[in-house]
Amino acid sequence: MTNQARPTSPRLLAWAAGLALAAALHAAPVAAQHLRIGLQEDADALDPHVARTFVGRIVFAGLCDKLVDYDAGLRFVPQLATEWQWSEDGKAITFKLRPGMRFHDGEPIDAEAVKFNLTRALTMQGSLRRAELGAVASIDVIDPLTFRMNLREPNPTLLSQLADRSGMIMSPKALRELGTGFATRPVCSGPFRFVERVSQDRIVLEKFDGHWDAANIHIQRVTYRPIPDTTVRFSNLQAGALDMIERLAPNDLGAARTDRRVRVAEIVSLGFQSLLINTNHGPRSETPLGRDPRVREALELSLDRQAINQVAFAGAHAIGNQPMPPGTEYHFADLAVTQRNVARARQLLQEAGVPIPFPIEMQVINSTDAQTVGQIIQSMAREAGFEVRLSSVEFASSRQSQARGDFQIIQIGWSGRMDPDGNYYHNLHSRGPTNDGKYSNPAVDRALEEARSVNDTARRQALYREAAGNVIQDRPRIYLWHPKWIYAHSPRVSGFAPNPDGIIRLRGVRMQ
Amino acid sequence: MQGFLLSRLAISMPTLLIVTVLVFGLQSLLPGDIALVLAGEENDPAGIAFIREKYRLDDPVPIRYLAWLVQVVQGDLGHSIKTQIPVTDLILQKLPVTAQLAFWSMLVALLIGIPAGIIAAVKKGTALDHTANAVGLAGLSIPNFWLGIMLIMVVAVEWGALPPGGYTPPTESLADNLAGMIMPAFVLGSGIAAVFMRHTRSAMLSALTADYVRTARAKGLFERTVIVKHALRNALVPVITLGALELGQLFSGAVLTETVFNIPGFGRLVVEAVFNRDYAVVQGVVLFTATAYILLNLLADLLYALVNPRLRG
Repeated sequence: MTNQARPTSPRLLAWAAGLALAAALHAAPVAAQHLRIGLQEDADALDPHVARTFVGRIVFAGLCDKLVDYDAGLRFVPQLATEWQWSEDGKAITFKLRPGMRFHDGEPIDAEAVKFNLTRALTMQGSLRRAELGAVASIDVIDPLTFRMNLREPNPTLLSQLADRSGMIMSPKALRELGTGFATRPVCSGPFRFVERVSQDRIVLEKFDGHWDAANIHIQRVTYRPIPDTTVRFSNLQAGALDMIERLAPNDLGAARTDRRVRVAEIVSLGFQSLLINTNHGPRSETPLGRDPRVREALELSLDRQAINQVAFAGAHAIGNQPMPPGTEYHFADLAVTQRNVARARQLLQEAGVPIPFPIEMQVINSTDAQTVGQIIQSMAREAGFEVRLSSVEFASSRQSQARGDFQIIQIGWSGRMDPDGNYYHNLHSRGPTNDGKYSNPAVDRALEEARSVNDTARRQALYREAAGNVIQDRPRIYLWHPKWIYAHSPRVSGFAPNPDGIIRLRGVRMQ
Repeated sequence: MQGFLLSRLAISMPTLLIVTVLVFGLQSLLPGDIALVLAGEENDPAGIAFIREKYRLDDPVPIRYLAWLVQVVQGDLGHSIKTQIPVTDLILQKLPVTAQLAFWSMLVALLIGIPAGIIAAVKKGTALDHTANAVGLAGLSIPNFWLGIMLIMVVAVEWGALPPGGYTPPTESLADNLAGMIMPAFVLGSGIAAVFMRHTRSAMLSALTADYVRTARAKGLFERTVIVKHALRNALVPVITLGALELGQLFSGAVLTETVFNIPGFGRLVVEAVFNRDYAVVQGVVLFTATAYILLNLLADLLYALVNPRLRG
C-alpha cells in the first residue's frame, strides 16, 4: 500500500504545510478603525435616485448626506441644511445650507448643486424619486447657500422625503461626467467616500476628511458585506470576521445575549407585517372573504398575535393592529388589539352563512419565517372554521400576483416610513400605489388626503386616528406585528444607536 | 489533430446557440415581473413604465432574444438590471473567485479520490477497501450545506483557526486568500473525491484483471510499476472524462458552498440574478459557463490522447 501512495505523499505534505501556513498567517490584525458590517443582501445601484433596496439606504448613510435627517425620536435634525422655514400658506419651504461644504471630488456643495440634484430626481427618466417629490413645482436659488422649494399644494410629508434618498445630494460634476456609470463610481457628500465595490462581496468606503462633521466620525474605513443567510452572518460575527450585523434572526437572540463576543441592540421599526386581503380587485375579490366584513372579522378573531410572535420569533417583535408602531406620535393606543375569540369567530362565520370549514387561500413568500407564520395562522384559523390553503411563492411572483389582484390573502410587509403618510396613503387610499386589494372607503380617502396637506400635528393625528379606526373596522389589511430591527455587534464597537428606520448611522461609532 | 480540434470547435457553436435559446426561453416562462420588483415598494407607475421600456420587457421573447444576440456578437453582454454594473465586469469579478475555488476543490478531490481509489482496488476486500468505501459513501451523502455550517461552527467560531468565509483577493493578502479557501475547497472537494474514488476503484479493478497487466506481472515488473505505469494509465481515461465534467460544473458555480462560505462566485451570481429576473446577467453567465464547459470537454479529449496513444489516430 505504501508503495502506491508514495508518489503523492510529498506533494500532499507540501500542500498541507502550505495550507497550515496560510491558516497561521490568517490571524493578521484588522486595521484598528475598520468597521465590517454584514448586510442581509447586496445593495442595488449606488445612485440614490434609482436605488430601491433597504440595504442600499444603509450604504448611502455613509456615502451621501441628505438635506435633513431625523433622530431616533423621529425629530428632524440638520444635515446639509442647517435650518428650514415653511411659508405661511405651507406651499413653499426655504432651506439654508451649511457653509464651506465639499463633495468627495472637492466641488462645493451649494444651492445650485442642490437644485441640480432635485431637478434630476424630478425629471430623469427612471428616477424612482419622482412620485416622492411630486408636490414640488419649482426650485429657486436665492443665494449660494439658500434655496426655496415651491409646491403645488401644501405637503407636510416633503421634509420626510428629503430626509431619505430624495434629499441625498450628489456631485453635479460627477453626475455630468459619469452619466449612467455614476452608480458604479458614486461621488457624494457623506462622511465616507467610495473606494470599491465587488458585487455580492463588498462595498468599501473610507473616511472623507473634508466632511463638515469629520470630527464626529471615528471610523476610518467601513466595509459592507452582503451575507444573505442569517446563520452564516451571525457565525461570521462570532468568529470575528465581521464587527456588526443587521437583522439578527430573532431565534438567534438567545445565543447572542449569552455570547460574550457579541452585544445586541434593538429597536421597533416603522414597518409592519400584515395580511393583505383582496376586497375589491378583480374576480378573486368576489368571495365572502372579500365582500363580507364579518368573515374578515372572524379571521382576525381566530388569530393570537402574541402566540404567533412567540412561536415564530421568540417574542422578539411588537404586535400591533395599525399602520404606525407603538411609541410614535401617530400610534393610537386606544384602538386596542383584537384578542383571540374562537367562539365569536365561529358565530360570525355562521351569521355570514358560509360553509364551514370555509376554504380560503393565503399566499406566503417562500422564506422560512413567512412559511412558519403561514402554518401557525393556518392552524389557528382552522379552529375557528377556516380551511386555509397555503400557497408559497417567491418574491417576484408574489409582486405580480398582487399587482394583478390574483390573490385572496397575502402575508406581506411594508418597510415603514417616518411620516405616517407613507404607511397609510400608499397602502390604504383608493388610489394608493400599493393598495393592491383596491380597498376603497371614501371616509378613509378624505382623511388621508387632508392629512397630507395640513402641517398641524394635532389635526393630522385626528385624521389618522379616524382613518385607522375605519381600517380596523373594515379589515382590508389585518395588521399583525411591527418587526424589530435587531443588530448584533462586537464589544469593540461602541457608540452605535439604532434608529426606527433601521439605517446604520456611523456618526459617533468607535472601535476599541 | 488540428482537423479534430477545428471540427470540435465548429460543432460547439450551434451547441452554444441552443443553450442560449433554451435559457432565454425558460426565463421567459418564469412568473413574476421584474419591473414591479425593480420599482421598489413605492410602485410608481411612471417608474414601472420606464423600466419596461428600457429593458424591452414588453417586446416578444424572440425579438428580445435577437436584440440580445446582436449585442453579444458586438462583444457587449449588457448591464445588470439590478446594480447597473456591466455583465462583463461581473463575470471578470467572479471568474478568478470561481476558478480558484474550482482549482482547490479539484486538487482536494484528486489528492484524496485517486489514491484512495487505487488503494481500494489494489487491496480489494480488505479492511482498507471497506474503510475507503465507507468514507467515500459518507463523502457522497453528507450535504455540503451541513458540512459547511458544521465546519464554520467548530473550526471558525469555536477554535478561531480559520476565517468563517468570505473571499480575500490574493493580491490583497495571499495568506487570507488561502486560509479562506481551505474549508470551502474541502467541503466541495470531499464530495467529488468520493466520486473519483469509486470510479478509480472500479476502473482499476477491471484494469488489474486485464491480460496486459498479467503479462506485465509475468515479465517480473515491480508491482508498483505494474499498477502505476500499466493499470492506472488505462484506468485514468474515464476518470479524466469525469474530472472534466466535474470541473465544468465547478465553473458554473457551487451555489450551496458559496452561500454558506459567503464566496462571491458564479453560483450566487446566477441564483440571485434568477430571483431578481436579472436576464442580462443570467444570459451572460450561462453563455460564459457553457463556453467553459465545452472547452473543458475539448481539453479532456486532448488529454485522452496524451494518456492513451491508441486514441491519437
